[in-house]
Amino acid sequence: MSIAPGFYLALAGMMFTIGAVGALVRRNAIVIFMFIELMLNAINLVFVTFARVHGNLDGQVLVFFVLVVAAAEVVVGLAIILVIARRRASANVDDVSLLRW
Amino acid sequence: MTLSADAGAHATLAPYIVALPLAGAVVLLFFGKRIGRAAGVVASGAIAGSFALGVASYLGLLAAGEEEREASVRVFDWIQAGDFRVAADLLVDQLSIVMVLVVTGVGTLIHVYSIGYMAGDPRYPRFFAYLNLFAAAMLLLVLADNVLLLYVGWEGVGLCSYLLIGFWFERRAAANAAKKAFLVNRIGDFAFMLGIFVLVSEAGTLVVGDVNRAAADFDPGIATIGALLLFAGATGKSAQIPLYVWLPDAMEGPTPVSALIHAATMVTAGVYMVVRMGPVFEASGGAALEVVAWIGALTALWAALMACFEYDIKRVLAYSTISQLGYMFLAAGVRAYSASMFHLVTHAFFKALMFLGAGAVMHALAGQVDMRKMGGLRKVMPITGVTFMLGWLAISGIVPFSGFFSKDAILASAWQEGRYALWALGVGTALLTAFYMSRLYLRVFEGPVVVPGHAREHGGVHVHDAPPTMAAALVPLALLSVVGGVLNLPGALTLEHFLEPVVGHSEVPGGLTPWLLAGAALLVAAAGIALAAALYLAPAGEARRARIHGRARVPIDAARNKFFVDAIYGRAFVLPGKALSSFAANTVDARLIDGIVNGTGRLVAGASEGLRRWQTGYVRSYGATFLLGVVVIFSILFVRGVVM
Amino acid sequence: MSESFWLNASIFAPLVGAVLIGFLPDGRVRLLRGAALAVTLATFALSIGVLASFDPGVAGFQQVTRAEWVPEWGIAYITGVDGVSLWMIMLTTFIMPLSVLASWSVERRAKAYFIFLLALETGMLGVFAALDLFLFYLFWEASLVPMYFVIGMWGYGRRIYAAMKFFLFTLAGSLLMLVAILFVYFNSGQGTFDYQTLLGAPFALGTQRLLFLAFFASFAVKVPLVPLHTWLPDAHTEAPTAGSVVLAALLLKLGAYGLIRFAIPLFPDAARELVPLIMTLAMIGIVYGAMVAIVQRDLKRLVAYSSVAHLGFVVLGVFVGTIQGMSGGILQMVNHGLSTGALFMLVGALYERRHTRLIADFGGLARSVPVMAGVFLFVALSSLGLPGLNGFVGEFLVLLGTFLGYRWWVVPAAFGIVLAAIYLLWAYQRVFHGEPSEANRGLVDLRAREVAMLAPLLALIAFIGVYPEPFLDRIEPSARRVVAQLRESSALPGGEGAPGGSATGDGAGGQGP
Repeated sequence: MSIAPGFYLALAGMMFTIGAVGALVRRNAIVIFMFIELMLNAINLVFVTFARVHGNLDGQVLVFFVLVVAAAEVVVGLAIILVIARRRASANVDDVSLLRW
Repeated sequence: MTLSADAGAHATLAPYIVALPLAGAVVLLFFGKRIGRAAGVVASGAIAGSFALGVASYLGLLAAGEEEREASVRVFDWIQAGDFRVAADLLVDQLSIVMVLVVTGVGTLIHVYSIGYMAGDPRYPRFFAYLNLFAAAMLLLVLADNVLLLYVGWEGVGLCSYLLIGFWFERRAAANAAKKAFLVNRIGDFAFMLGIFVLVSEAGTLVVGDVNRAAADFDPGIATIGALLLFAGATGKSAQIPLYVWLPDAMEGPTPVSALIHAATMVTAGVYMVVRMGPVFEASGGAALEVVAWIGALTALWAALMACFEYDIKRVLAYSTISQLGYMFLAAGVRAYSASMFHLVTHAFFKALMFLGAGAVMHALAGQVDMRKMGGLRKVMPITGVTFMLGWLAISGIVPFSGFFSKDAILASAWQEGRYALWALGVGTALLTAFYMSRLYLRVFEGPVVVPGHAREHGGVHVHDAPPTMAAALVPLALLSVVGGVLNLPGALTLEHFLEPVVGHSEVPGGLTPWLLAGAALLVAAAGIALAAALYLAPAGEARRARIHGRARVPIDAARNKFFVDAIYGRAFVLPGKALSSFAANTVDARLIDGIVNGTGRLVAGASEGLRRWQTGYVRSYGATFLLGVVVIFSILFVRGVVM
Repeated sequence: MSESFWLNASIFAPLVGAVLIGFLPDGRVRLLRGAALAVTLATFALSIGVLASFDPGVAGFQQVTRAEWVPEWGIAYITGVDGVSLWMIMLTTFIMPLSVLASWSVERRAKAYFIFLLALETGMLGVFAALDLFLFYLFWEASLVPMYFVIGMWGYGRRIYAAMKFFLFTLAGSLLMLVAILFVYFNSGQGTFDYQTLLGAPFALGTQRLLFLAFFASFAVKVPLVPLHTWLPDAHTEAPTAGSVVLAALLLKLGAYGLIRFAIPLFPDAARELVPLIMTLAMIGIVYGAMVAIVQRDLKRLVAYSSVAHLGFVVLGVFVGTIQGMSGGILQMVNHGLSTGALFMLVGALYERRHTRLIADFGGLARSVPVMAGVFLFVALSSLGLPGLNGFVGEFLVLLGTFLGYRWWVVPAAFGIVLAAIYLLWAYQRVFHGEPSEANRGLVDLRAREVAMLAPLLALIAFIGVYPEPFLDRIEPSARRVVAQLRESSALPGGEGAPGGSATGDGAGGQGP
């Protein structure tokens, strides 16, 4: 008994929406990062779903790419956030607007 | 008549006639400080040398045959562009040699006079440098073989006039007068230059002889325009209506300058030019000459009227100069070119004499020029007084002084041509001339001795007569003023015949008429003198003057205010010109053009200002915008049916 | 090749010098000055070689160098001179040592200053010598940048505004020209930027008109023609003395030169058609520039506006289509370089003494600095066209050419000589005449260095006035060629422009179809 792909896609859509809204409304950089991870994983879920629908491995291969990129991004991003947090004693993204204008 | 470089040996000296004073000027400008007091001698030597060369050329010219007297010499090629070619050629002929002799002769005397007159001036060498430069430019003007070279001299003398009027530039009036002289002349020169263009396009050349020969074939219309443009230049240089206004102000310059430049030589350049270009004026079928004659006659009368009410001794002489120049143009306008030249020569003698006499008076009275503060000076400075008297008699037209003959020649020519209106204007002017010159002479030199206060303060009257160098100029000029008439005595007509090959023959009246005309002129002159004597010499004169002034207050005040011409010019041209310039600078340039430029800049800046408000610096607003963009694009694609 | 050595050496000598100066220590101002002077003098010496090997009889280009550069795109290094560019090159190499002398008071960042000045010289010489449109454009823009920095870094009060304005005005014009150059390249069918090859390229009249206007925009800004002139007074006023000298004497000539070299020969039909418009602009420039100059309070601005008027004469002469006008216009470019250059040097010398440029602050200087007063008057007289000095020869020929081509159209332009006398003599009176005030007493008269930088100018001013033949002789064949291009297939008779034009004086209709 297999579950219809539509459910997976609906779940992925919900995850993505939650991630996007969260990334937009939260101000803590670390929390934003977590929401971005959520969006990425929603995409991963979509890839895996379609890989199964089409019966090949293309989607699953792409998932690995996404995972690697996400890992790299987290490494660089967390490092930046850490430096900012050390300097400003806050991880609030609204405080980091030096380059505006 | 041939025009070739080797025809007349007498022309070979011409370049040196110009070069000598030019070299003097250059030497004095560069080494004036080192030369110091000797500058006057250097400059006088240079111009005297020129005079000697002029005499030599004259003798050479006399020795040459009648046909070979006109000769030109090439110094170098000057300007060439396409067909247009002008060379630095000098022309020696009867007309130019007369001018050379006048310029260098009178010039030498005035240089010598200046040695004494300018003795105390701190810029003594500079003065002589300018004088020499003037002489060079004037000689170039009269010797030029083409109109463009003449124009070089023409503006050159204008420059020297500017430099010398403004010689005492610390005085505001002098600086203003200098600038005014140059600018008014520039307006004339502007017309002159247009006239030159007409000559180039009509004759294809600027060589005087060729232009004059070609003039016969000119279209009368274009010839009239060309001639009038040239004449407009002459009205500037020779101070005729409407451009005469600079000359009275030019009296701010040192008096020798007034004598040399603003009486004897430079201001006659216009007359010389009209005589020189006579055929061009004639080619217009009389219209241009008509204008010349009338402008001359009216200027003569107009300036004489103002001279009658002026108190500044030099300004009276200035108006008198304008008036006498009017006579010369009147003569040229009726084609009596040699009469015009004759009067030019005699006028150079007696007017230079009177200016130098006035200078001697000012020198003695510490610069006083108001004739109301002078009187009886002949008794304290006899040389000046007597020589001035001779000049006065000459200009008034008393027989047998030079002015009588030359003025009579002009009036007779006008009569002979049937121009009775012009003749009447001339006779009227003669009356006024005799009157105002007598007024000047009688007030200053006759009657009881009056000297201004500051000349008396230092222990009695210490008014002195002219020092030797100054007297050395006065006496020869006085002699020339007396006997200058012999140049062209009625009957002999020496000058007339001498000039005839160049300027053409002009009829003089015969029979009883000349005697009647001369008698009338003499009568008029005597009347003028008598009138002046009644008003200024007779004991009752003062009361009579008051009575006249009471009755004719308005016209007399108008004449004293120069008939408001300066004010009218100021209102009509200077003020609107300045206003227009200010408008151009402050409104058009600063507001309109730069407004558009800066406005464009501000527009761009303003647009950017608006756009940058989008850049909030908050990541989430960028994210939201991004998301929104994605949604919008996908919606569009979805609606269009591209996706799904 | 050896014949063209002098030309190429002259072009690049200043650049090489600039690089070498880059290795000198920064603070040694005297050494830097000396080096810059030596480089510019050496360049002048090299350019004498160009003059000496110039054949006056040839109308076309001589001393031509042709080397492939980017053959795939038809870009080549082509340089050469004719009678027009010869004098521009000579003027440039002649003025540059003098403007180095005029830069004696530059102490701050002198190294960069002299490097910019020398780079500028190479840029300008390149423009005058380039015979490849790409090369020309390269040099054209290359001459813009150093000037921008010279004004912006070493100028006076509002220098940033002035430099920006200068840059934007010029660049706006240049970009239009770039578009036009690329259009010509892609549409001529020749696949080359070679100027001489492109000369015959046939374009339809409508296309020509647009291309001409694009070129014209660039050159008209540089000249400058009214109403594109307002960058000039600001740039002149705020630039350091040498900057003003170079700007007036040389940079403005780039515009007029471009008109003669590129705009007219490349698009002769359009040029012919637009003659009335351009002549009108030139005459407006003459009268308007002079009138605005009359009421200026700042001496430098006054001289700047006088440039607008003078360049109006140049453009007028170039476009009247007579040999007299063209020769006079080209000579007038040289004349303006000499007299206006000298005027800016004198104003700079006055500024160094009194630290003001306002005319009202001066007065009576003829008493305190008589030599400078005399020199100033001499230069002013040259500028107002006194016969016997250089300005007269050029102006007279321009006006004569205008009269022969267009009759009474000449009147407003000729009236410019009256206006020139007004603004120059009035300014002279206010600065030098009168009784000197306390501040104007006891000033130092011209120093030896200042005499050294002015004397060559004065000598040349007098020389050209008295004996312009050596100049006119070399100008004429080339001028004649451009005139022929401007008049080709036009209805006017005769190539000479002497008698005959339009006999009774109808003006504008005389020329063109």
